[in-house]
Amino acid sequence: MRPFLDQVWAIVAKDIRSELRTKDIFTSLLLFSLLVLVVFSFAFEPGTQATRQATPGLLWVAFIFAGVLGLNRAFTIEKDRGSLEGLLLCPVDRATIYWGKLASSLLLMLAMEALVFPLFAIFFNLPLWLPAVLIIAPLGTIGFVAVGTLFSAIAVHTRAREFMLPLLLFPVLVPVVIGAVEATRTALDEGVLSGSWVPLLLAFDVLFLAVSSLAFEFVLEE
Amino acid sequence: MAVIGVSFLLMVASLFMALLYAPTERFMGDVQRIFYFHVPLAWLAFLNFFIVFVASIQFLRKGSAAWDQLAYCAAEIGTLFTTLVLITGSLWAKPVWGTWWSWDPRLTASLILWLIYIAYLTVRSYAAESGRGTRFAAVVGILGFVDVPIVYLSIYWWRTLHPGPVIQTGGMVPEMTRALLVSLLAFTVFFVILMRYRLRLRRMETEIEELRQADR
Repeated sequence: MRPFLDQVWAIVAKDIRSELRTKDIFTSLLLFSLLVLVVFSFAFEPGTQATRQATPGLLWVAFIFAGVLGLNRAFTIEKDRGSLEGLLLCPVDRATIYWGKLASSLLLMLAMEALVFPLFAIFFNLPLWLPAVLIIAPLGTIGFVAVGTLFSAIAVHTRAREFMLPLLLFPVLVPVVIGAVEATRTALDEGVLSGSWVPLLLAFDVLFLAVSSLAFEFVLEE
Repeated sequence: MAVIGVSFLLMVASLFMALLYAPTERFMGDVQRIFYFHVPLAWLAFLNFFIVFVASIQFLRKGSAAWDQLAYCAAEIGTLFTTLVLITGSLWAKPVWGTWWSWDPRLTASLILWLIYIAYLTVRSYAAESGRGTRFAAVVGILGFVDVPIVYLSIYWWRTLHPGPVIQTGGMVPEMTRALLVSLLAFTVFFVILMRYRLRLRRMETEIEELRQADR
């Protein structure tokens, strides 16, 4: 277990280091979700009851759109500068690469969400300062990156890769989106973590992690 | 050739049973007869999806081209049937429910199934190298098959929390059951023929492609 975690950490550390130098993905993730938020404020009048009803959905749509952007970048930078071959030549399992890339995408997404949640709460005047959000946001994001990491490794090897990732990802992601939106809605309405959606979301995460990590091996085969 | 004759006769028989033999449904009227085509199409859409799933697993395990060809042909035929299910379903829904579409679990899961089929076919044709494309498609086929029941269930749970449309359920008279069974058989035999032709064509396509590669 120990060497496996070290190997995963090596990949994550590499991604963090290159991200800290360029700040490429984080900036685009953050600005993109901010822009989505601004567009929403025109599409849905802030402060009304209808907008309040739609808020959990809006939040997750913003995260998912931004996440697709980030996942595309995560493998594109590997591919374009030929470092994917280097990664594949490492004497580690394919599964290690999967968990490494997954962990670094997860960290990036969570860092973005940590900024966007408060901004959303401020701009839309919502009581999002809830401990429950600290549990729901990671759970939803794990489900997203579990499938997303697998599919972005596929999309990077296709033509029209920017279009390929959402086409593959969105249909499969439906259960996670419903789970995350409903759990957030329950938390907003009742102020506490309750309802059956949190355990369900956890179950979706475990299932998608298991299937994706098994399938990943076949995606990066040469 | 014999099987084509059988299929033709079965199709004529199922048309007769669906349009003339089966009694008119009391509440929905003649429009309900679309049921005898809708259900067999749905059955074949899911059967093909299952074939894609099994053949994809076998292809990834064994790497033989035959499994991949089967998965690909099943995905193509499955796309056709799923499209027809969605169209016949809408045609039936408009007069009965008063709307072309409702986001209930079954309809949504069928639409997601259709989208996954499209993703399966697209990822193959967009792959940079065809060898990779077959493996990518197999992964999509497997993940998609695992996903569709979960989509169904999650929407079911979601809609039971929010009241949704209620689909009327009722008993069927024996004539209706018989008509349904005949048309299920007719469409399944038709599918077998379609699959045989498509597989043969696919093998020829592969052969031509190999010859062209060898020629270079």
